Amino acid sequence: MNSIYQALAKRQGLVQILLLAAAAVFPLLVSNPYVIRLSILSGIFIILSLSLNLLTGFSGQISLGHIAFYGIGAYTAAILSKNFGLNFLLCMVAAIVVTALFGLLLGLPALKLGGYYLAIVTLGFSEIVRLVEINWMELTNGPLGINGIPKPALFGIKLSSPRAYYYMCLLLVVLTIVVIRNILESRIGYALGTIRGDENAAKFMGVNIFRYKIMAFMVSAGIAGLAGAFFAQYVTFIDPTSFASDQSTLVLIMVIFGGIGSLPGSVIGAVVLTLVPELLRSLMEYRMLIYGVVLVFMMLVRPEGLLGKINFKHIRQRCTAEPPDGKEGS
Amino acid sequence: MFFQQVVNGLTIGSMYALVAIGYTMVFGVLKLVNFSHGSVFMVGAYLTLELSLALGGNFFLAAAMSLVLTGMLGVVIDRAALRRLRVKKADRITALISTLGVGTILDNAVMIGFGSETKAFPNVLQLGRFTIGTTVISWVQVIILALALVLMAIMSVIVYRTQMGCAMRATSQNADAARLMGINVNQVIAFTFFIGSLLASIAGTMYGMYYEAIDPLMGSVISMKTFACVVLGGVGVLPGAMLGGLLIGVVEAVGASYISSGYRDAIAFAILILVLVLRPQGILGKKVADKL
Repeated sequence: MNSIYQALAKRQGLVQILLLAAAAVFPLLVSNPYVIRLSILSGIFIILSLSLNLLTGFSGQISLGHIAFYGIGAYTAAILSKNFGLNFLLCMVAAIVVTALFGLLLGLPALKLGGYYLAIVTLGFSEIVRLVEINWMELTNGPLGINGIPKPALFGIKLSSPRAYYYMCLLLVVLTIVVIRNILESRIGYALGTIRGDENAAKFMGVNIFRYKIMAFMVSAGIAGLAGAFFAQYVTFIDPTSFASDQSTLVLIMVIFGGIGSLPGSVIGAVVLTLVPELLRSLMEYRMLIYGVVLVFMMLVRPEGLLGKINFKHIRQRCTAEPPDGKEGS
Repeated sequence: MFFQQVVNGLTIGSMYALVAIGYTMVFGVLKLVNFSHGSVFMVGAYLTLELSLALGGNFFLAAAMSLVLTGMLGVVIDRAALRRLRVKKADRITALISTLGVGTILDNAVMIGFGSETKAFPNVLQLGRFTIGTTVISWVQVIILALALVLMAIMSVIVYRTQMGCAMRATSQNADAARLMGINVNQVIAFTFFIGSLLASIAGTMYGMYYEAIDPLMGSVISMKTFACVVLGGVGVLPGAMLGGLLIGVVEAVGASYISSGYRDAIAFAILILVLVLRPQGILGKKVADKL
């Protein structure tokens, strides 16, 4: 396995270009709308798990309520585009801004609370958001949901074919990866890493805890809100059941399954765990049972997740420093 | 009206408290949030119902068998899904995901085995009700609250007065040191799971008797609520779990009738968040010294 990782790490640029090319060509080769739809859903979950990984994996703030941001983003976009006829790009920007503000709100208790106390606060937050979505009839139309959300259009051209949605989703995924990777490789990323490692130590090293924690919450929330806005304009119908707390745990499971603190891991985790229940669909009611078994089995066999303790950057550095004869341990 | 809601709240709160005690015991010993605990509660209720049907209506024997079986289920969960992770010294969040998986398995196994529809549950304690002023109290409510208090007292004795309790507290403080002192840590953890699941089964049976109906998803709702109760009272503190359970039960019942029933859960969570912001260690929790 190690030599595979080394080979991958050494040709990282090439691998990324190939993967991107494959993703770009994919909808041209496959015309089955069901497959395209699944790919788009996977893409949405990739964005969600990447944004949660920024918060939980890289900053150590366990969140059990991430889906609330997704829901707020979806409702913001839906209401703005349906009731006010706003252009879809403006809707997305508005969704990011609104959810980032809610991220700020949730980040405030996180300054004082850690670990499971924070986890229950985030869980409570997402429950409150869901109940507001159900009960505030005038704004959200309650349990009936909002239907007939306008499809995106640019300069009068409707972007509503499955392929158009696919490419839009791909663009958002790439954008998310670039943004998060740039954050992690900057000063902010190192600050977040020290906060995860030891908050007190970080404080004494001069890291502004307040600023970076709030920043992590706002960015993570904003990205999730973006995913929600896209989701709303893609399915054109949203109701509170899409944003229940089991969806939050689903996204957290994707992050852990792929490997906490690993960006490629989150992508793989999201794709695998979106596809597995679909592939098991023929098994009817045994589907979720098998899903649970797979989850427990996976955790027992590989507790760190698929790509958990594999740091491609370190592997690459080691490869370039020494001749890659494969004898070096991981 | 107000007192009526308080009484109803205390009844629901007692059931929360019983589940929460199991939760907090496992948390105290393992530092693990056991998300399968709500599903164990649901399995307890189902076992009581199905066994009493199989035994031809002998409800109390069925309930007793359900206690033991559910307790054993807890031990099996620990053995199958968690012990290996302890040996590997995996991240705690991994164990959390593992318990989420166990919860999914239990929920769906019950759905496949007994059907996903809501089932009628026999209320064998038809003891009638009495009134104080305008407040109507049924004897079942009294029994539920009394049972919760008695069990709470028994748990306190076990944890603070017996050798096993001493071993539990030692494991909770430092599992490795406890092992060096000759404590069989795995046995202590298995015992904790047994007791916790047993209490969940009692709570499940009482829940069924009170509402006279059970369904496979009742566990996931309770799971979230009791997690809130545990944190509100102070994680790992037994009286805290009891207090948290009763408090959330009462707040919910009163809030639902005076503010809005649609926002029932939101009120409970809003109060939880407020309390935590003002007192981060929970109401009865001890402030743990920061590692400095």
